[in-house]
Amino acid sequence: MDSKWRQLMTDMKSGSVPALSRLITRVESREPGWMEAMQEIFPDTGKARLIGITGSPGAGKSTLTSQVACILVEQGFTVGIIAVDPSSPFSGGALLGDRIRMRDVSCLEGVFVRSMATRGALGGLNQSARDVAKIMDAFGKDFVLIETVGVGQDEIEVVKTVDLVLVICVPGQGDGIQAIKAGVLEIANIFVVNKADREGADQVVLDIETMLELGSDSDALKPLIIKTIATRGEGISFLVDQTLDLLKTLDRKDAWQKNRIQEELIGLVEKEIVGLIKKHWNETGGLDRAVNQILDGESDPYSIAQKVTAPVAGFFKQK
Amino acid sequence: MDRTIRVLVSKVGLDGHDRGAKVIAYGLRDIGFEVIFLGIGHTPEQIVITALQEDVDAVGLFVLSGAHLPLTKRVIEGLKEKGGEDIAILVGGAIPDEDKTQLKEMGVLEVLTSGIRIDQVAQLINDHAFTRASHKRV
Repeated sequence: MDSKWRQLMTDMKSGSVPALSRLITRVESREPGWMEAMQEIFPDTGKARLIGITGSPGAGKSTLTSQVACILVEQGFTVGIIAVDPSSPFSGGALLGDRIRMRDVSCLEGVFVRSMATRGALGGLNQSARDVAKIMDAFGKDFVLIETVGVGQDEIEVVKTVDLVLVICVPGQGDGIQAIKAGVLEIANIFVVNKADREGADQVVLDIETMLELGSDSDALKPLIIKTIATRGEGISFLVDQTLDLLKTLDRKDAWQKNRIQEELIGLVEKEIVGLIKKHWNETGGLDRAVNQILDGESDPYSIAQKVTAPVAGFFKQK
Repeated sequence: MDRTIRVLVSKVGLDGHDRGAKVIAYGLRDIGFEVIFLGIGHTPEQIVITALQEDVDAVGLFVLSGAHLPLTKRVIEGLKEKGGEDIAILVGGAIPDEDKTQLKEMGVLEVLTSGIRIDQVAQLINDHAFTRASHKRV
């Protein structure tokens, strides 16, 4: 690790916000040395509790995240917030607007908010968001709130490894839980029915209850359903109390821990191997050649994928 | 440079006319920047804290209230004080010519008035970010 990294790490550990911020940029951009930096940060992690906040676009995730953070700060905790918005698949640019709703909280003492773009890389966000959460953890934050982009597949990946997941639902979206049907339902520890002053809120609660009743695992701890009006701060104290209680009692068994580590490890290895191949392709123009071969009908994607991963396969065959 | 350029775009002080800020924000996004958009009604101090947390390469301050000189000064001083002196400042709005000179003397990278092209703005920020990354940053 070069002296720049070293300096940033030392400054970050002594509480420098600019150093924390720059470290995040470097790790997020995967600048050379990021892995060594994370190796050094890793032993300092594990103290913060990670809370994932997910839900459909416009459900009030940012507002709610901000409110929850405010109450945690009032209770004397320090909070890191990671707010994720999508990158444009065309330009690679992004408009990160979550902070518009975080005005009250983002400048409070003890709060550090970071906006992140998904940056297009398939599954890439999961890992870098996790890395940023770890850096905030090592910096000494008691809680890290990860606010995801609107519902899809990707943000389920992000919140898979957090300690507790809040799923935000709102009235007025089809039959209430249309937007969060698959996947998200299974990962929720608490359902928050936000905008509860709107017509149809009780119906959403009923829909979720029905859905949970139909769940096959009758022994499993049923998720809570809590109504809030985030713009007015109503129901948030109760939500935070319940969240803290649940964090205390939630039994994260060995199997869960193992699964979480496994998940992360596989993700990292995948990214590394693909990264190496991409780098090689970029340097040699191999990707262009491969694409042209396929276009000209000389080869097919399957053969090329097999060929390019052959060295890895060969290595394990030797063993 | 591989690193994605990050820019903070915000209205500062008390005016709600955010069309110009939005035009610049959307334009920079379409060029491939990550734009942290703050919206209206922020104090210079809030902008300083945000710029540091987000580790942006540049801050775009958009003022149509006439208070561009004192507000910009407070942002520049705040950044200097808190260790963000290498973050470029751009000021947008209806800025009189004599104030443009004064803003530039204060250290503003560019003053964006109507008619400026988005690719010029992007190029300026890009050049600044490159210098920032290769020389000044720890």
